[in-house]
Amino acid sequence: MAKRIDVSDLDIFYGNFKAVEGVNVSIEPRSVTALIGPSGCGKSTFLRSLNRMHEVIPGARVEGKVVIDGQDLYGSDVDPVDVRRQIGMVFQRPNPFPTMSIYDNVVAGVRLNAKKMKKSDLDDLVESSLKGANLWNEVKDRLNRPGSGLSGGQQQRLCIARAIAVQPEVLLMDEPCSALDPISTLAIEDLMTELKDRFTIVIVTHNMQQAARVSEQTGFFNLNGVGQPGRLIEFNPTEKIFSNPDQKATEDYISGRFG
Amino acid sequence: MTTSTPTRPEDLDPMTPAVGTRRKLPRYGGVGLYVAGLVVAGLLTLLSGFSWGLFAVYGVVLGCLVTYVGSRVVEGSRKATDRLVTSLVTSAFAIAMVPLVSLIYTVVSKGITRLDGTFFSNSMVGVVGEGGGAYHAIMGTLIITALASLISVPVGLLAAIYLVEYGRGKLKKALTFFVDVMTGIPSIVAGLFAYALFAIFFGPGVRFGLGGAVALSVLMIPVVVRSAEEVLKLVPNELREASYALGVPKWRTITKVVLPTAIAGLGTGVTLSIARVIGETAPLLVIVGITAATNFDPFDGRMATLPVYAYYQLTQPGVPPQFGIDRAWTAALVLIIIVMALNVVARLISRFFAPKTGR
Repeated sequence: MAKRIDVSDLDIFYGNFKAVEGVNVSIEPRSVTALIGPSGCGKSTFLRSLNRMHEVIPGARVEGKVVIDGQDLYGSDVDPVDVRRQIGMVFQRPNPFPTMSIYDNVVAGVRLNAKKMKKSDLDDLVESSLKGANLWNEVKDRLNRPGSGLSGGQQQRLCIARAIAVQPEVLLMDEPCSALDPISTLAIEDLMTELKDRFTIVIVTHNMQQAARVSEQTGFFNLNGVGQPGRLIEFNPTEKIFSNPDQKATEDYISGRFG
Repeated sequence: MTTSTPTRPEDLDPMTPAVGTRRKLPRYGGVGLYVAGLVVAGLLTLLSGFSWGLFAVYGVVLGCLVTYVGSRVVEGSRKATDRLVTSLVTSAFAIAMVPLVSLIYTVVSKGITRLDGTFFSNSMVGVVGEGGGAYHAIMGTLIITALASLISVPVGLLAAIYLVEYGRGKLKKALTFFVDVMTGIPSIVAGLFAYALFAIFFGPGVRFGLGGAVALSVLMIPVVVRSAEEVLKLVPNELREASYALGVPKWRTITKVVLPTAIAGLGTGVTLSIARVIGETAPLLVIVGITAATNFDPFDGRMATLPVYAYYQLTQPGVPPQFGIDRAWTAALVLIIIVMALNVVARLISRFFAPKTGR
């Protein structure tokens, strides 16, 4: 299932403003890749450009190539809807659909795409997805209750279950734990470690300990000044980034001497 | 000059006593003072022959004044200002309630005499004096309003969806501006528009129900668009993004995620917009006219509607006039009841369809 993502010379724009410049990176399959860096440096923008969620914002566009499995995501014949079916996303704030039950939230990707499935297959999908998200035991007795009645950490795991239920190749996570307490954070980090056997995971985080705990590769984004585009300063194995980074800026950021 | 001692409030104002020892009016002291003011105002008005208008003016002025002075003497200036503002706001509220309460009282007391079975079952065919009803007008109002809703709700909802989900740039701004202008359009203009439009096809003097529905739609569409637009804007963008991220196309995101999330607000908005146009008189006077008989066919001939019915019963009540005037009041009462019912329905919709938290 998991696939490799090759990004070359990627520039990302909001209207005329260049937000991210010249990203070249290769994201390994079946691993967790973390993106760190100060606020406003373009981590989330870059992440959103990986499944063409970026262009949902009016005026946003991308130049360069994102190649997954030999296919350029920004090729003229590629439908963004198909891209997003392959590359799922979990957002910073848990966002279960408020009109749907827990069950319906998990199968939302299937139902909303009008795929026909048998009830028993749907039941299996719900169970496997919720088990995959470590939520099954907590909600199996109340699958028909609204998803918004869960706690914040449970809602976020529900969103992960919803994302993995459509069986994507890649899972993008945009600061998935920033609104959660340490226990829920731990649950989700454990989950990432399990999920990386099946998916390629890219996570944006402000928490450097989290990056060090869960990721194999780490990318450090930075920007030279306000109004300048963000750049990928360094991309290396996580151990190297946190022990002996190539770049001075990376070391300054990680050791807290930044800015 | 400067000292290191922090300045406490007590030092600034030696008159201010410590917390808890402040002198206060008794619990209902403020209200008591205001009522005292009202009593004095009543006595003053009695001197020069009692009238409600004079009493209201004197009452508000004296009530506020007595409350302020009394509170100032006992509690000090800060509390007194607070009480003054409180009495002003409360007086304003009471004054605002006067026309509403008096309107409902008048309509109910005058309309109740003819609120009987005959009124709901008979038309005005062959009625000169006593008796007669508004069956034809009630049916006409329901038919024309239903047709107007049938036109306005789809158009208005889709326009709102366009403005919120698809529109961008100058076109969107221009459309929003013109929708705002349309909400303030005088209703007679809508009637004249519909009349001019249908006069092109059917010649001058055209009168039929559908024309009234079109005129009402002109008034109703902007209201639907505005309310639906506000509600759709309230749907968090995160939900749209969550849906897109699952690989759901935009139109399905709108129909399956955005609209169900906003359904309560949309239902409320539509219901209130119906309530807004159901009492329109001027456009219907121009394009629908009035008739004494029941006409269920909105495509052919004049129809009676409640507001126009009330207007004609009042202006041409016949001989003796009392029966026509009674019917006019009852028609007004029935209209108010319909509007109230629609408001209740709107509240029920927003309660039952709101997303449940389920905790």
